[in-house]
Amino acid sequence: MSNTDDAEIVHFDNVGLRYGTGKEVLTDISFTLFSGRFYFLTGASGAGKTSLLKLLYLAQRPSRGLIRMFGTDAITLPRERLPDLRRRLGVVFQDFRLVPHLSAFDNVALPLRVAGLPESEIVRPVSDMLEWVELGDRSHARPATLSGGEQQRVAIARAVIGRPDMLVADEPTGNVDPEMALKLLRLFEALNRLGTTVVVATHDAHLIRKVPDSLIMRLDKGRLADPTGALRYPPRRTVPVQGLDRSPAGQATGLPRA
Amino acid sequence: MIWRKGPPPLLEGFLHAGRKSDWREALRAENRLLPQGRLSGPMPWVIAIMIGLTVVATACGLALRNTARIASADVAGGVTVQIVHGAPSERDRQARAALAAIREVPGVVSARLVPQHELDALVEPWLGTAAGDDVNALPVPALIDVRLAEKASAARIRALRDAVVARAPAARVDAQAAWLGPVFEAISALQWLTGGLIALLAFATVATVLLASRNALGNHRATIEIVHMLGGTDAQIARIFQRSMAVDAAAGGIGGLLLGTVTTLLLGRQFAALGSGLMSLGGLGWGDWLAIACIPLAGVLLAVLTARFSVLAALRRML
Repeated sequence: MSNTDDAEIVHFDNVGLRYGTGKEVLTDISFTLFSGRFYFLTGASGAGKTSLLKLLYLAQRPSRGLIRMFGTDAITLPRERLPDLRRRLGVVFQDFRLVPHLSAFDNVALPLRVAGLPESEIVRPVSDMLEWVELGDRSHARPATLSGGEQQRVAIARAVIGRPDMLVADEPTGNVDPEMALKLLRLFEALNRLGTTVVVATHDAHLIRKVPDSLIMRLDKGRLADPTGALRYPPRRTVPVQGLDRSPAGQATGLPRA
Repeated sequence: MIWRKGPPPLLEGFLHAGRKSDWREALRAENRLLPQGRLSGPMPWVIAIMIGLTVVATACGLALRNTARIASADVAGGVTVQIVHGAPSERDRQARAALAAIREVPGVVSARLVPQHELDALVEPWLGTAAGDDVNALPVPALIDVRLAEKASAARIRALRDAVVARAPAARVDAQAAWLGPVFEAISALQWLTGGLIALLAFATVATVLLASRNALGNHRATIEIVHMLGGTDAQIARIFQRSMAVDAAAGGIGGLLLGTVTTLLLGRQFAALGSGLMSLGGLGWGDWLAIACIPLAGVLLAVLTARFSVLAALRRML
């Protein structure tokens, strides 16, 4: 993490989330994310990872608590100002959410077009990005004709094309082979080195082990655990993932012992 | 190392990714956000029918207004004096006396004894002029057509009657406007009716566009949510919908204008063929045609504003 400058980028304070009148799916979530760091969010299925990510990418307002993003109170922010914050985020959705009527190229170009960039500044970066995720020859294909792995790569390309300040990825390597998973992880790391804060929700312990400087947040039944000190202030500069499984909390992540 | 060519060059390209394009490029970029189903659905046809009906209703309303205005101006100062007497010689004497008396009344611009051949023409449809008909044997009143400088008010009619009856006791003096009063009332009612029709058609257009916008929003909801998540603004999304609606409405408007104009011209020809004096007054002037030509523009504006506000209202319900 060469670009870490410890600037606060996201702060959650006693955040709770419930859908409708149901019970809370997230309870007393408090943490701070810092600029330029690489975070993994782990937890069993149903632990609330996707709900937490929804709060992070501003798809959901919490039922209670405070959220500050990029120095702005995201709770009281008028909704007409939300796009400004969202344009600073890159999101890889678990279900990809590609636009079905657009080609792979147009899907990847979407954030740049939303931002109003001219086509002359869109074509080359998007083409390069598609080449890089090995979809250069599929750039005109619509999502329905792409395999799950190809769709996932398009979704990732779309998330990173705008060089976001923070990348939020929900199981981004779930449908790709190990080689492509590692390649995509290297892309996230490259973005991270350029200063992008990366938050990846994953079950894949092997993936976590590939990013030794990453910080881990673990959700358990809607509550956040702090196995690596990611949530402490000041955060620990370097948290060897290998050390994770030696701690009781680390054992709870299910990561294999070194 | 799994990267064959190193980090993607786009990572350097990102550094200049904040520049804004000009509005034309932004427009083109926005148009790519959602599928543009222009002219493919029923909307242009629905709008064409609405605009066509509005054009016909407006043309009828304007023609009626012109008819009422011209006829009203014609008859406002008109007075008819009838000499109703059974004996032709006495009737003629009183008619001449009445004419002389009328010409002495202040405010009379002209007074004309309607010639016998015009009277014959008036009664011809009812009484006939075929060989053997003896129209002169019928006690058809003598008519004097009087034009006053100003409107034939009750006071002026009374003054005229006093002057005429003194010399021609068989005279009956009536303002022409009084005869046509029920006709003007009917025309006025028809004008209100066309106004109501136009309002209803506008309401139906708004309702149709509202439904179409909601339907389109429902169809594209997933895409709209994605665009929102990527930082798309409500205004951006609304612009896409309103542009699409503007294209549909413009196509429908042009079609509707043509349809309505042809119908109006055919109706005009039919009414002109009636040969009725009143109907022939109700032509459309250049100003009227200009107003009719503005109907599609108003339709487009109405459709675009309806689409914009309905989409914005729906988007406000999303986060």
